[in-house]
Amino acid sequence: MEQKSNFTAFPVDDTYYETKLTTKFKKRKIYQPPDPDKLNSFIPGVITKIHVKQGQMIKRGDSLLILEAMKMKNNLTSPRDGKIKSINVKEMQMVRKGEILIEFE
Amino acid sequence: MWLKDKIIEFFKRKEKVTVGGGNKAMEKQIAMGKMTARDRIKTILDPDSFHEYDLFVEHAGKDFGMDKKSLPGDGVITGIGSILGHPVCIFAQDFTVAGGSLGLMHARKITKIMDHAVKLGVPLIGINDSGGARIQEGVNSLAGYGEIFYRNTLASGVIPQISVILGPCAGGAVYSPALTDFVFVVDKISKMFITGPEVIKTVLGEEISMEDLGGARVQTEISGNAHFYAKSEFECFDQIKKLATFIPWNNSKKADPFPPKPPKVNYDITNIIPPEPSKPYDIRNIIKAICDDSDFLEIQELFAPNVVIGFARLNGETVGIVGNQPLVLAGVLDVDSSDKAARFIRYCDAFNIPLITLVDIPGYLPGVDQEHNGVIRHGAKILYSYSEATVPKITIILRKAYGGGYIAMCSRHLGADFVFAWPTAEIAVMGPEGAANIIFKNEIAASENPDETRRQKVQEYTEKFANPYVAAANGHIDAVINPEETRSYLIHAVQISKEKKELRPFRKHGIPPF
Repeated sequence: MEQKSNFTAFPVDDTYYETKLTTKFKKRKIYQPPDPDKLNSFIPGVITKIHVKQGQMIKRGDSLLILEAMKMKNNLTSPRDGKIKSINVKEMQMVRKGEILIEFE
Repeated sequence: MWLKDKIIEFFKRKEKVTVGGGNKAMEKQIAMGKMTARDRIKTILDPDSFHEYDLFVEHAGKDFGMDKKSLPGDGVITGIGSILGHPVCIFAQDFTVAGGSLGLMHARKITKIMDHAVKLGVPLIGINDSGGARIQEGVNSLAGYGEIFYRNTLASGVIPQISVILGPCAGGAVYSPALTDFVFVVDKISKMFITGPEVIKTVLGEEISMEDLGGARVQTEISGNAHFYAKSEFECFDQIKKLATFIPWNNSKKADPFPPKPPKVNYDITNIIPPEPSKPYDIRNIIKAICDDSDFLEIQELFAPNVVIGFARLNGETVGIVGNQPLVLAGVLDVDSSDKAARFIRYCDAFNIPLITLVDIPGYLPGVDQEHNGVIRHGAKILYSYSEATVPKITIILRKAYGGGYIAMCSRHLGADFVFAWPTAEIAVMGPEGAANIIFKNEIAASENPDETRRQKVQEYTEKFANPYVAAANGHIDAVINPEETRSYLIHAVQISKEKKELRPFRKHGIPPF
């Protein structure tokens, strides 16, 4: 019974069960709703070209930057009209999947 | 005289080939903490039972100076021996010969022994210890892999296929073990991955060690690619021999029966389950309280431990056991545990092993990651494989059996032959708290004392539905049994189902939700 401290109250359908959690469960990715003010990298790769500057007004569909991944040049375009609030990457920078590249306002 | 000379020459040739990559390479192999390929074969098999074939096969490389090189046995040892007196086909890649790399003739030796295994109806054991494709042989080495995968697939469900990863097994090579039934790995020795740490670093900028990417622990705990984890090669070989006692040699046979033995006395079935449905216990103690000699061979112990699978014996006969594990994640079904159980159910069905299902499940695991990872598709696999299985299917409901989880865990509705329930069973759409909150939502909201009303309604629901008798009244279960009678009911059910026949309409094959 000294194991008791390992147990967590785990809810399924309003009932709390005393149980252990797996490492995989604890490490699971917690869902974040998509933020329309941010452009994330959808694949890991290298930013080879940035076409916009901070403060620049942009229209939906404007080319923002080139993300090269798996030998393919991906042209990332603006999802909306607006203004570039900040550019969080530099040219030739390597980025991970999901990294925030550009923020809009 | 001429015969003597010929024989001497034969021995000389044989000796030259059997040293593999030479003494230095052998020493290096041992320094890495690994056994040599030949020693591995000898240790797995019964003493002096190994007959080697294709010892004098030469490699087929012509380019990049390969034509001037000799690779003894082309880096793989193949042959037939026995385990527990029964024949098995075996191959072991020899890392000392060109890093165990796979060329066309290396692959042909493997496919030849695979063809033997299928024709003879005996298990195939493959020991993988290879740097991968022999790049000098180009597309021919890829052809070799493809020919192996094709045979793995055709042999699947016909003969048991066992893969032992005792070194690197990377890139395309790793798909052969993935197609086999049981994968064994050893701590610090086994490395399995599709793309290695270096490629990941250059392409993605992610740094990770080989061990953290695809070591033995990762493959048994995180990915579930491997089924058995051992600390040493010796322990691994013991696990293989233990597994061999439980499985039939091919799909037309049954596993050899053992002399029946009662469970050990220290497992008291009446004293394992706590009375409250929300308290945990170890389902493996129930299994050990039921099966012969309390001897349970757990498979994929570290992966998705919220469901427990493995082999045991009842009155000497092998059975496959699937049980919810309340100790971990309350015993829910999720993406990983559904995959784990579904594949095991199909293994048992393919090899004539009766299935025993122990149910104590609150439902499927809620969560965005589960939904986005396809818990619908993965969860469906367990429904599919239970419904598809025609071996004897016997289910015991111990405690909770709620909602979709109740249906999935080999309910009568999925074709269970026998469904028994303990008096502690609760067969319902959901637990009393959840159900009361929905059914009596308005009454609870309108009440002056909502908590008190909720408590009353939960109790009302519990008394009415949290028992096995509603399901029994509808014929969904066959008998409510005293927990102490569990073993005798199971033995009875397995015995009388021996000649069970269940014919299905002809089809080429079904389309399971892979």
